[in-house]
Amino acid sequence: MIQQLRTATLVLIALTFLTGGVYPLVVTAIAHVAFPTQANGSLIQRGAQIAGSELIGQPFSRPEYFWGRLSATAPFPYNAAASSGSNFGPLHPGLKQAAEARLSALQAAGSSGKTVPVDLLTASASGLDPHISPAAAEFQAPRIAASRKMSENAVRELIRQSTEGRQLGILGEPRVNVLRLNLALDQHQMN
Amino acid sequence: MTTNGLLQLVIFFGVLLACVKPVGFYMARVYSGSTTFLDRIIGPVERLLYRLCGIDKTAEMTWRQYSTAVLAFSLMSFLTVYALQRTQGWLPFNPESLPAVSPDSSFNTAVSFTTNTNWQGYGSEITMSYLTQMLALTVQNFVSAAAGMAVLVTLIRGFTRHTTDAIGNFWVDLLRGTLYILLPLSLVLALALVSQGVVQTFGSYQEVTLLEPTVDAVGAEITTQTIAVGPAASQIAIKQLGTNGGGFFNVNSSHPLENPTPLSNLLQLLAILLIPAALCFTFGEMVGDRRQGWAVLAAMLAIFVPLLTITLMSEQAGNPTLAQLGADQLATDLQPGGNMEGKETRFGIVNSSLWAVATTAASNGSVNSMHDSYTPLGGLVPMWLMQLGEVIFGGVGSGLYGMLMFAIVAVFLSGLMVGRTPEYLGKKIGAFEMKMASLAILFPCAMVLVGTAVAVASTSGSETIFNPGPHGFSEVLYAFSSAGNNNGSAFAGLGANTPFYNCLLGLAMLVGRFWVMLPVLAIAGSLAAKKTVPSGPGTLPTHTPLFVVLLVAVVIVVGALSFFPALALGPIVEHLLTSTAR
Amino acid sequence: MTKASTKLFDSKILGDAIRASFSKLDPRVQLRNPVMFAVYLGSILTTVLWLNSLSEATGESSMFVFGVTIWLWFTVLFANFAEAIAEGHGKAQAASLKKSRTTVIARKIANKADRIANEVPANDLKIGDIAIVKAGETIPADGEVIEGVASVDESAITGESAPVVRESGGDRSSVTGGTRVISDWLIIQVKTLPGQSFLDRMIAMVEGAQRQKTPNEIALAILLAALTLIFLLVVATLLPYSIFGVEVSGQGKAISLTVLVALFVCLAPTTIGALLSAIGIAGMNRLSQANVIALSGRAVEAAGDVDVLLLDKTGTITLGNRQATHFIPAAGTTEKELAEAAHLASMADETAEGRSIAVLAKKQFGLRGRELEHIQPHFVPFSARTRMSGVTLDGHEIRKGAAEAVETHVRSLGGFLPEDVRSAVQVVAKSGGTPLVVSRDDKVLGVIELKDIVKGGIKERFAELRQMGIKTVMITGDNPLTAATIAAEAGVDDFLAEATPEAKLSLIREYQKGGRLVAMTGDGTNDAPALAQADVAVAMNSGTQAAKEAGNMVDLDSNPTKLIEIVNIGKQLLMTRGSLTTFSIANDVAKYFAILPAAFAATYPALKALDLMRLSSPSSAILSAVIFNALIIIALVPLALKGVAYRPVGAAQLLRNNLLVYGVGGLIVPFIGIKAIDLLLSAVGLA
Repeated sequence: MIQQLRTATLVLIALTFLTGGVYPLVVTAIAHVAFPTQANGSLIQRGAQIAGSELIGQPFSRPEYFWGRLSATAPFPYNAAASSGSNFGPLHPGLKQAAEARLSALQAAGSSGKTVPVDLLTASASGLDPHISPAAAEFQAPRIAASRKMSENAVRELIRQSTEGRQLGILGEPRVNVLRLNLALDQHQMN
Repeated sequence: MTTNGLLQLVIFFGVLLACVKPVGFYMARVYSGSTTFLDRIIGPVERLLYRLCGIDKTAEMTWRQYSTAVLAFSLMSFLTVYALQRTQGWLPFNPESLPAVSPDSSFNTAVSFTTNTNWQGYGSEITMSYLTQMLALTVQNFVSAAAGMAVLVTLIRGFTRHTTDAIGNFWVDLLRGTLYILLPLSLVLALALVSQGVVQTFGSYQEVTLLEPTVDAVGAEITTQTIAVGPAASQIAIKQLGTNGGGFFNVNSSHPLENPTPLSNLLQLLAILLIPAALCFTFGEMVGDRRQGWAVLAAMLAIFVPLLTITLMSEQAGNPTLAQLGADQLATDLQPGGNMEGKETRFGIVNSSLWAVATTAASNGSVNSMHDSYTPLGGLVPMWLMQLGEVIFGGVGSGLYGMLMFAIVAVFLSGLMVGRTPEYLGKKIGAFEMKMASLAILFPCAMVLVGTAVAVASTSGSETIFNPGPHGFSEVLYAFSSAGNNNGSAFAGLGANTPFYNCLLGLAMLVGRFWVMLPVLAIAGSLAAKKTVPSGPGTLPTHTPLFVVLLVAVVIVVGALSFFPALALGPIVEHLLTSTAR
Repeated sequence: MTKASTKLFDSKILGDAIRASFSKLDPRVQLRNPVMFAVYLGSILTTVLWLNSLSEATGESSMFVFGVTIWLWFTVLFANFAEAIAEGHGKAQAASLKKSRTTVIARKIANKADRIANEVPANDLKIGDIAIVKAGETIPADGEVIEGVASVDESAITGESAPVVRESGGDRSSVTGGTRVISDWLIIQVKTLPGQSFLDRMIAMVEGAQRQKTPNEIALAILLAALTLIFLLVVATLLPYSIFGVEVSGQGKAISLTVLVALFVCLAPTTIGALLSAIGIAGMNRLSQANVIALSGRAVEAAGDVDVLLLDKTGTITLGNRQATHFIPAAGTTEKELAEAAHLASMADETAEGRSIAVLAKKQFGLRGRELEHIQPHFVPFSARTRMSGVTLDGHEIRKGAAEAVETHVRSLGGFLPEDVRSAVQVVAKSGGTPLVVSRDDKVLGVIELKDIVKGGIKERFAELRQMGIKTVMITGDNPLTAATIAAEAGVDDFLAEATPEAKLSLIREYQKGGRLVAMTGDGTNDAPALAQADVAVAMNSGTQAAKEAGNMVDLDSNPTKLIEIVNIGKQLLMTRGSLTTFSIANDVAKYFAILPAAFAATYPALKALDLMRLSSPSSAILSAVIFNALIIIALVPLALKGVAYRPVGAAQLLRNNLLVYGVGGLIVPFIGIKAIDLLLSAVGLA
């Protein structure tokens, strides 16, 4: 047993060095050479400032911005230092309350319809989902156009530009990057 | 389901099954000590390690020595992980100056990672320093997986050898599994993931200015967003390949920096099932009859696919409560629809459901959507897959050896039914094997049932339940199903980072790991000591559809009979209540 | 032993079994069967609950608790009954055996020559003692005949009324204590101690006193115990689950102990648990009904696993001995001449072969035994040295024997073996016959063809065995050529020619080294080593004491094909256990659907959706499940005693059939049964 413990310790040290030290460092080194942007968080530069990460959503509640998914992070939504989902079960009253609150906020901001795309009423898993469905963007387009005094077609064109199709034409779901779209809206109005 | 959804599933299964043979064949060569194409690069490292650690690679062990080695190694691993967490505040690679982890949480996490469970009671990005993530967690991701595979290989040796007490050398199996299988695969996968946007940096968290300021819970204005980053890709690659599942970030593979694109999602999904599926082929190859391996794989798929269908349909049907509010849950070209609470837009229903089923079929436990927010039936499936004993793919090594325990029971029953002392792969199954197989099946079951009972009966157990009604019961049942079977996923609403849950779940994980592993090693020893009986026309073939059906039936019946009452009081009644709410 | 006790439910046995069902309630007896012991404890618990419900309000109808309690006790009693009735059959057989074991006075003598007997009780005989037994007396102990020939009535052990001949030397020298000499006398040497005689062991065996659990039975018991434990946990944890359910749903009441016990008993594998020992005992009984006494239960089970069957050619595969079928004269000799010479040469040959030559000669040419005294024939018996026999008559040496022997003989007289005879010899040998060459003086007259006659129907039996996965090997002293032909004709898979005891032994060892299980039959003393080595060794009762001691089964009918029946019985034994286990477990599904919705009707009324059977009320649902669980035991007793039918088809086919009948059947039957009981209960107003 003592012999075994000795060997165990030696093997653990050796493997710790290899898999805990060498391996991540090698991956990091290669990653920073081959994929520097991705390795550092796919950050979006806006001038000298970092406007955010392409992969991390931001909270929006003004009518002139597209709104993303609900976020259940604490203490504020889209807290990228503490990701979290709502963990509401299908019968949890909080689920219904959150959806109702979002529904009335949408109505107050001027977006309404017979039905609302479900992703606008539900919280994402990470609380940081950067995307909404094209349907959800489409649903908000009239409000954006009205509040920004743009034509709906111009808004739709921007949505189209920020829409990512299925990867390789098959994988995943079509989606709209909310931060990119909102940045594009601001950009569009500045011009 | 849409045509596209179906197509994605076909691609997934197609690629997975195409990889089974080459990867399985390669692993068989690694474990039988044959030469491989990586010998030129890894061979010198391997030999150096043997020399440094004083290992005689030709010295084989009895099953008792092998067990001692496994236990010794796990003990040292546990102590290391515990110590690193408790001292991380004073150690380097801690840019966010995170303090020491509490004793109970450290215990839980140490057990969790050494048992290949990777249950996470803590929120990673606010708890673990980079050093802890690397030296404690990433290392355990490798070695706990390699240990599971080593035990499987000894069981296979038990079948192939005869009249001997030597079943291999644990250190050799552990090192070869790590060096030749896990490391090369992880390296490739990690880089592929970085290309998709998974972060890999030692820099500190990024601070960005919000486009639109927001307010926090108490009304204070928030203008910036801190983006947690870190050396994630290297850990995520092995967390999937080694069926570990412990995320770099709190929300695991639903975090956009941990799983940014549908392609990264597909790669990780494949990585979850790759080794467990390929090991079936390794098994067939090593016992000299590939059909045996395909039969076990077929049995796994025969359970996997129908259960996947249930989750998919249930999730796609959506939540009646939201439908009443006017939510549009219909799948179209413009939206995935369905029950989107706790799911990411880029994954939609198909990729979330597939992941939920795969991660619980394998004892991976990483999530790309929040299982707690699943529809009752959609969430029942992951829970039940764990309760089946993590044998449908299961953990690397542990899944297949668990499945082989069920195969032994199935062989025993069928042997009796054809009037012949049961034999599997030429080995007569006797009282000793039955005793050990029964223990291996009984203990995880007992941990789940009793653990849940203790938790719901006590105040400390029930006060941190998040969801009301039967769903709250499901949260606890899920937690113990996950811990007792070394899965690691959670109905994350349950506040499990309390001394009560940290200790009880830690215990469940220990029992779930070692009280399966030790009986398996005992069986390996007992089988190796037996004579090999040649098969004849009176022998029941174990590679036929008939045997597959029987094996599936045994797994399902044991799982159903043990957990039907508990499931009835959780997801089943919740489903009935939800549908009446409709 | 009487064969009459094959009737399943003899009224005497039934009565005894019912009484025994109650006497077996002794906890020490119950403890032997963990599954039923758990039910037993459950019954005690509900009894206490019922008594309690009488004195104080527990919120549960005491009628309901009483109903559950009564039926739980019935479950225990039915299990006892199943075991008792199986034992009853054994006891009935043992009783008839015991009748023959009355106190016997032995006439002990000092040695063979000494005829002055000293009368002592048979019980005082020691091993090696010598005793004389005269007509009308009972043989005092198991032993070996050392002098004399007598006919012996062995009906006490074989049930066969025709007396058998026992004589010293050879394979008919063993006698069994308790049998009766009918004519003449025997001097025997005692081979076993009193109380350990063959008869004693037989009685113990059929009574079940010595019944040890067999390896598969132990393995199954472990599996059942594990299942029982799982269900115990399932049921025990259901209480806190239910209390929690009541808390969160805010309605109903926690599940009652009575319902928990009822659920546990229904889930535990009581069907197989209750019938397990009955199945084992019944297997032994079936064996004794086939007139085979197994000296260990292990051997019966091993019989089901046999891979290789070693069968003696003579008497098993072929009819008795070889018979003369043709006379093939040499050139220049007529067939009749040859027949005459052959007939003369066989005059004194009392072997079956010799007689068959005479029979053939008589049939073909009407030759009869002549009065030979006047010509003073000199008979030459067969000797191992000359390997010939014959007669010297009127100065002519007539000989018959193997070709080489006769060739040597005629050469010594100046003759030779003609080519046509040599080729006839080869033709006969190649076709599987045995050629005997006949000579007169230096002249070779021709060849007699002796042939083995393969038993009718034996080929089909071997085909059956092959289907069962059993390889048949024929053992013969013949030369390889002859052996191969007969082997092909009989359809055995392999043969061992020119077999010596050593060759047999090493063949068995070789098979065993390859992991195969070997069965063989034997009767002679020279079979004893091979019998001792074989996994399943059936000794003929007519055989020597040594053979019987070496075997682990004795066939009282001395029928070598009995092995096939024994294999069947062994397989049946395992199949019955396996099938009933499957049935028992499959039953649980329906029971869940009956009990769970009922147990949680108040807490979660939504669970009513699981009540697929639409049972009339919660209490009736639970009671129906418990009653079904008890009744199914009784319903399956005949199956347990008779055994599941075995058909020699491939293993996969067998599994498919049994899975369909006992697996799928086990799923469906309880749904129907519980519903029927529920309808009955509500019809009589009990629920």
